[in-house]
Formats: sequence, C-alpha cells, structure tokens
Amino acid sequence: MSEAQIAIPVLKERLQRPPLTPGQLSWHRFLRHRMALVGAGLLVALVLYVLAGAAFFSEADANHVDLSSTLRGPSAEHPFGTDLAGRDILARTIYGGQISILIGVLAVVLSVVIGVLVGAAAGYFGGAVDNLLMRFTEAMFNIPQMFLLIILAKFFGVEAPSFTLFGRTFSGSVVVIVSVIGLTSWMYLARIVRSSFLSLKEQEFVTAARATGATDSSIIFGHILPSAIAPIIVSATLEVANAILYEAYISFLGMGVQPPTATWGNMLNEAYSKLEVAPWMWFFPGTLILLIVLAINFVGDGLRDAFDPRSLGGRSK
Amino acid sequence: MIRYILRRLLQAIPLLLVISALLFILTANLGDPLAAFGGGRRRLPPADRARLERQLGLDKPVVVQYIIWLAGNDWMQVDLDGDGTPDSHGTRHGVLRGDFGDSFQERRPAIEVIRERIGATLLLMGASEVIVILLALLIGIYSALRQYTFVDNLITSLSFIGYSMPIFWLALMLIYVFGVMFQRWGLPSLPTVGMYDLNIGPTVGQILLHMILPLAALSIVSIASYSRYIRAQMLEVINQDYIRTAYAKGLPERRVLLGHALKNASLPLVTIVGLDLPLLLGGTVVTEAIFGWPGMGRLFYKAANAGDIPVTMGILVIISVLVVVFQIITDLAYTYLDPRIRYE
Amino acid sequence: MTQAASLLEVRDLVVEFRTLEGVVHAVNGVSFRIRAGETLGIVGESGCGKSVSALSVLRLIPQPPGKIVSGRVDFDGRDLLQLPKAEMQAVRGRAIGMVFQDPMTCLNPVLTVGRQISETMTVHLGLGREEARRQTLSLLEMVGIPTPELRCDDYPHHFSGGMRQRAMIAMALSCDPKLLIADEPTTALDVTIQSQILELVKRQRDRRNMAVIWISHDLSVIAELADRVVVMYAGFIVEEADVFKLYREPRHPYTQALLDSIPHMDTAGPEELRVIPGSPPDAMSLPPGCPFAPRCTFAFDRCQRENPPLSSAGRDHTAACWVVAAKRKPP
Repeated sequence: MSEAQIAIPVLKERLQRPPLTPGQLSWHRFLRHRMALVGAGLLVALVLYVLAGAAFFSEADANHVDLSSTLRGPSAEHPFGTDLAGRDILARTIYGGQISILIGVLAVVLSVVIGVLVGAAAGYFGGAVDNLLMRFTEAMFNIPQMFLLIILAKFFGVEAPSFTLFGRTFSGSVVVIVSVIGLTSWMYLARIVRSSFLSLKEQEFVTAARATGATDSSIIFGHILPSAIAPIIVSATLEVANAILYEAYISFLGMGVQPPTATWGNMLNEAYSKLEVAPWMWFFPGTLILLIVLAINFVGDGLRDAFDPRSLGGRSK
Repeated sequence: MIRYILRRLLQAIPLLLVISALLFILTANLGDPLAAFGGGRRRLPPADRARLERQLGLDKPVVVQYIIWLAGNDWMQVDLDGDGTPDSHGTRHGVLRGDFGDSFQERRPAIEVIRERIGATLLLMGASEVIVILLALLIGIYSALRQYTFVDNLITSLSFIGYSMPIFWLALMLIYVFGVMFQRWGLPSLPTVGMYDLNIGPTVGQILLHMILPLAALSIVSIASYSRYIRAQMLEVINQDYIRTAYAKGLPERRVLLGHALKNASLPLVTIVGLDLPLLLGGTVVTEAIFGWPGMGRLFYKAANAGDIPVTMGILVIISVLVVVFQIITDLAYTYLDPRIRYE
Repeated sequence: MTQAASLLEVRDLVVEFRTLEGVVHAVNGVSFRIRAGETLGIVGESGCGKSVSALSVLRLIPQPPGKIVSGRVDFDGRDLLQLPKAEMQAVRGRAIGMVFQDPMTCLNPVLTVGRQISETMTVHLGLGREEARRQTLSLLEMVGIPTPELRCDDYPHHFSGGMRQRAMIAMALSCDPKLLIADEPTTALDVTIQSQILELVKRQRDRRNMAVIWISHDLSVIAELADRVVVMYAGFIVEEADVFKLYREPRHPYTQALLDSIPHMDTAGPEELRVIPGSPPDAMSLPPGCPFAPRCTFAFDRCQRENPPLSSAGRDHTAACWVVAAKRKPP
C-alpha cells in the first residue's frame, strides 16, 4: 500500500472533526491547550497562596480570637473580613487551604493504593478472585458515598488527639477524614486498573516476562502497571478535586475536621448561621473551593486529552 | 428479552447480599444494638441485659446474627428465662421487613420515621431528574450544533464552572441572591426554608414555590455535566455515515437531527442517569439540610448528628437497595430502547 | 460533444478541505456530463477525488472543513450549487438517489429498515403511512429481499451486508429518481454478492431508463456497467471515453498503466505483477505540471511545467496529456 493510500483514511478521519478557517483552527488548538494551561496556572496560584501565605500570617494569627471585632466586613485590616470569633478570614483561608488541599491529596494517595491493589489483583488473577473483588467493588459503588462518609466520620471519628507536624497543629480529625474519604473513593480507580490489566496481561511482553521466570508481583508492578499508568494519573488527578469537595461537604455539615483547625469546608459551616449578615464568611472559602476544583478539572481534562492518542484536534467534551 | 430480565434480576441477588453483609458489619460495630431494639439507651441491670440479649439473638454467633438482622428472629425460638431451653419467640422482624429498631430520638420504629420523610425526597429528586434530562438535552444538542461558535464556547466554559461547584456554595449563593438580596431590593423573594409556609399550609403552589431554590441547587451541577456528555455524543453521532444517508435522502434538517441523530445520542443517557443516582442522593443530604427541606436527607443528617443509629442505618439500607433497584430498572430500560440489544 | 441534452452537467468543480495540517485540494476543476438513461463510470484510485465529486453533486460535503470553492452543477436546468436549502432537499432522494459504500454503517441502527425506506416516500411524495409501507414492501421484493413483510420491521443489524446494500438501493430508488449516484457500493461486499448487486442495478436501470453514475476503483465492475468512463487522478480528470474505446485504446499513460496492472488469467507462465512506481501526489501540495508526470514513463519537460488540459484523443475521446496532444506516438 502506498504511503498516500495509508494517509488517506487517516486524513479522512481527521477531516470529519474539526473547524473552519485556518485562523480559527489555530485558535482552537491554542484554546484546548489553553484550558489546561489556565487550570495549571490557577492551581499553582492557589497552592502558592496557601503555602506562601504562611509567610505573612502565622498559625496563631489564623486562630487569634478577637471578640471585639467579630463579623466585620472586608477592610484594610482584614481584607476578607472577620468571623464569629473575630478571627481573620484571610489568614484562615490560607491555613484552611493547606488542610483542605492536604486532605485531598492524601485521601487520593490512599484511594489509589487501595484501588490499584484491588484492580490489579482482580485483573491479573481473574477467576474467583476477580469475581469476589468485583462484587465487593460494585457493592461499595452502590452505597452512596456521602452517607457512608457521614456515618464513618461521625461514628468512627475517634477523639484523636491533636498532633504537631512541620510546626503546625493538626486536629486528629484530619487523619480520620483522610482515611474515611480514601476508603470510600477507590472503586472507580479499581475498575479502571482492572480493565487495563485485563487487556494488558494478554500482551506478549507479559508472556515474555513470565517465560524468564518473573514472579507475579514483579510482573504486576514492574511490567503491567507502568503501562497502565496513564489512566491512573488522569483519574487520580480528577479524584483530588472530588476528595477536596467531599471534605468540604462533611466539614460543612459539621462532621469533618473540627475547629479550631480551619478548613475551607468547616469555615462554611460557621458561615451558614450568619448567612445574611456576613456573606464574606462563606463567599471567600466557597469561591476558593470552586476555583481549585475548577483548576483541577481543567488540568485533568487536559491530561486526559494528552494521554488519549485518538483525540487529535477536535473532540472536546 | 424475558431471559435477559431474569438474568439481570438474578445478578442483582449476590450484589444485594454483599451490600447487606457490608451494612450488617457496619451496623454491628456502630453502637449498642441493645439500645436499638431494646427500647432506647437506658442503663439496665446485668440480668435484664442478658435476657434482652437472648431475646434479640445477640448471643448467637456472627453468621446467625446476620441472618437475624436480615430476617428477624420472631420465627425462632429463644431462651428467654436463661434456663437453657428455648421457650418463646424473639422480637425482631428483620431488615427485610423493615425493622431497623426504634429511633433513639423519637422512641418509635425507625421505619415509620423514615417513611414519613421519604416522599419529600422522592419529590425533589424526581423533579430534579426530569429537569436535568430536559435541560441537558436542550443545551447539549444546541451546543453540538453550534460547535466552535462563541455560544458553544460560552456554554462549555459555564458547564465547567457548573460542575466544579460545590452544591452548598451554589445553595448559599442562591439563598443569598434570591432570598436575602431580592428582599432588600424589594423584589419578590423566593422562600429558602421548608416545604411550605406554615401559615398557608401544604398547598401545591406553596410546595412548588419552596421547591424552586433547592431544585436549582440540586440540578445545576448535573445539568452542567450531562449537557457536556450529550454534546459529545451528539457530535459523534452527527459524523456517522447513517446521518449522511439521511441527508442524502433529502430529509429536512430537523428531522435528521431529532428523528435520526437524537435517538442514537440520547440512549447512553439512560445508563448515566442510573449510575448517577448515588451522587444525586448524596446531593440531597446537603441540599435538604441547607434548605430545611423535610426529606430523608435532612433526617439522615439530623439523625447522624444525634447518634440515632436505627434511623441512620435504616436510611442507609433503604437507599442502597433503592440504588440497586433503580440501576436494574435503567439497565432494563436501556435494553428495551436499544433495538440492537432487544432483539438478539 | 453530443447533441442530446445532458441530464446532469458538472462544470469546473473545485472542492477543498481545510484541515489542521493545511488545505487539501480534493477536486481541481472537474467537468463531466451524463445524459438521461446513460451510465457513467468514474474510475480512479483512493483519494483521487471521485467520491468527493459525487458528494458535491448532492452538496453532501460537510461544509466545515470542506468547501465547494467554485463550479456549476446543472441538473434539469438548475444549478444545484446555488439552490436554496429547501429546494436542494427536494432534489435529494427524489430526483437524484444515492447509494454509499459501506452498508454496515449507512443505515440507522435504531430505526427499522422499513421505516427508513418509507421515510423518503412520506417526505417527498406525501404518501400516508399505510401506502408508504405497501410501496416499501414491493420495493423490498423488487430488490430481491425474501419475505419482505417480515423483513420490513427488522432492524439493520438483522440484515447481512448484501441485504443491507439491497435495502439501500431500494431506499435510493423509492421515489423513482432520474439519476442514481452509486459510490463504490460493492467494494465492501464479497464477489458473489457483488455480481448480484450489479445485476440488480442493471435491471432497475434498464427498467426505469435511469441515469447512473457509478464510482469505483475496480475496472472490471466499471467495464460491466458503464457506457462511458471518466478516469480521475489527483483531483483531475485525465481521460474520458466510451467504455469499449477506453479499454481497447487507452490514451492517457495513467489509464494505460492501470489497465496494464490487471493480472491476466490466460498467460502461460508466472508473470510479474506490473505496478505503477511511486505514489499519487500529496493533495495538499500539488506539483505545478501534470500530476502524473513524476510516475509517467513518457513524461518530458513540458509535462513537469504545465498541467495539460483535456484534448481530443480520437472521436468522443479526450485525454489530458501533452504526449497525446502533440500526437506523439509513445515509444
């Protein structure tokens, strides 16, 4: 087959999608990358905000109660206003952000570990193991996560002692929340990993590895897993947004991280009662949550398109 | 087709078993089952405790306890007086018959408490699903047809923002704008709490009025994500050969899009709706809590806060089963609607 | 060229595609005509622009990224390219029917075959449901589908490839069109089915005195069906002649090479397959001269510089070649 004859079907495929004048073409290509770039930029900005902000405010500032200036609106002294106990909201969003993001990341790490183990075992060993694990996964899928989270957080939230790490005091509830979110978020990943493994284990490089006497675990972790890494990365990224959201949800309901440790979520819990008089109390933390979830979604989308070889030039979701 | 239905139902059984086992383990570890079934959290002298334990079947091995939890022990003989010989029946009816114990807060069967609230939640969720599907279809199709135009890009950006929004932020925004600010600006404001105005009573008009804001909060996120999905599906379908054939036949554009393209593009939506139910239910907890909507979600929230295990676990079991059932229904609906599967 | 009036006349059609990589010049000034009842074959390899030309007649080119840059398509006294959309819709499926290449993907999987055939008649002829169904049944029978009353309500996935193609033909013929455009309809079918479909089309054509444009890369199929043949290469027409003439006395080097490359059954010993060396030009950057020049054994300097227009190569026979034009005998 001549080169042109092979090129034509590919060309035909590309012809079916995309846009118009050459000007709009490049703009579109730029736009696609741009969304991911904007997302990444936003993400970096937010992370800088919570990390670098610590240079300007100490944790004590964030928790400093000043009953003489409660519920003040944004001003020069308190750019984001003050809350019920007169604490500076700007400082609290900085430290709260650290916790929110930290919880999100750690929870995802936990869920990735569980998800990969379950998915890999199910996909690789197949048979009864697969059956059992998948039933279990499906069952977990069917139990709405929100309810499960609330129950686990409320009833198993041990009165864990606060601890100090890197010069910051963390309420013990942070560990509880990380575990709880991680333990209920791994299912989607397990499924993805399983289907990757199901298809990859039939490939020749696996048979070759086995022929040289490699052990199951070295095949799983050394050979198959690296090939399956792309969808895991995409999923994990998007999962961070989810985890941050869920932390916010349960903290908002008062069952997550307990004060005085701030998270963006529990700041909203406090704001709820003063909704009418002090909108700044919920506006700033809420918008920060929105921004970071948005940023992560953009980046995740960009990653997904970057890893998917089929979406050349056009299919934006 | 009948075979498929039966097969699907049979498949659900092991799933329900696993779910029930998980939930049982959860319940068993949550707190004092004596309190749940034995009439509240009171301090009991040891002899009475032992008696109650036997009556409730809590002295039996774990597997038996699971069965009792599921099916009750009122059909079994228990040894009530401790002399070693069974003499009367147990008092538990089992989860399958709706016995979750008595609510700690209200001292009556949890199932009754739940039953009173479930209607309000179903109303909210049902209305939400309908609105979401309709609007997502409209927006998605419109967006697909105007691909790469300014409007399409605008809609895409808004969709991104929409489904990145935490529901409670959206809810608070809505309350603030339509409730508080509207009032201040002298515009008719929307009610933000409860299902109806207590002075007027539960009329249809009242309920509808009070439903507006919670419905918006619950639906917007789903509309954003579904419309993107529909758009992608529509784009894919429009490029198919059979659409070109339809045009070649000289069919007018509307007929091609609605009669030919839409049917293909919207089919997967059925499955998505089914898979999303757990998320929608999760959303109702927050939404009902914020808007004071007297449904199951709010009940769950209050019960969990108060440590009312029978109600909490009761709701969890009920909604888990609801999810499984609903997914079977959507599965079957999809099978029915897609002729490639229906007639095989 | 001929005295009788043309049913369809395509003049100087130019079609481009704007892609991410650049502009693809798919059709570069193509002209052909067809009379009522005549069968025109358009032959050429993949990517030569034959399908695009046919699709352009019915304006089925997706307008981004494609664009019909210039040209005329006169059908029944009107330029189809200038018609308002509603009138174009009235032409499609009614005066001009089209059959496509891949029967597996050309039918809507969620609608019954009967419904898809009846549609044309309800929309164009204003037939009621019942009447349309009756017509559909007789159409299905006509194209050789057994038990049409049962098959009518079947979905496409119940049909085999050959049967689907027959259904597509029934669909295209349902409103008794004056012209049928067939874009490689048998390419995806196996040989026995292929000949059945050909027979079917021939029968229907003769019965209705319908004009047919048949596009194919398969020279043997064209030979069976066509009255006249047009050969395309790289978006240009390089030769046009009556079918017998073309096969017996091809004048353009490309046509000659094509015919040469068909293996013959009746040679004595093993014979080397003759291929045309090289590959067709990149449609995004066409060379200035004759598009076939890089691969042509007879090319001389003028061929590299100037693209030859169609010139007479005999009676009712044109070829776009400087060698032919100069009446140089190929060595």
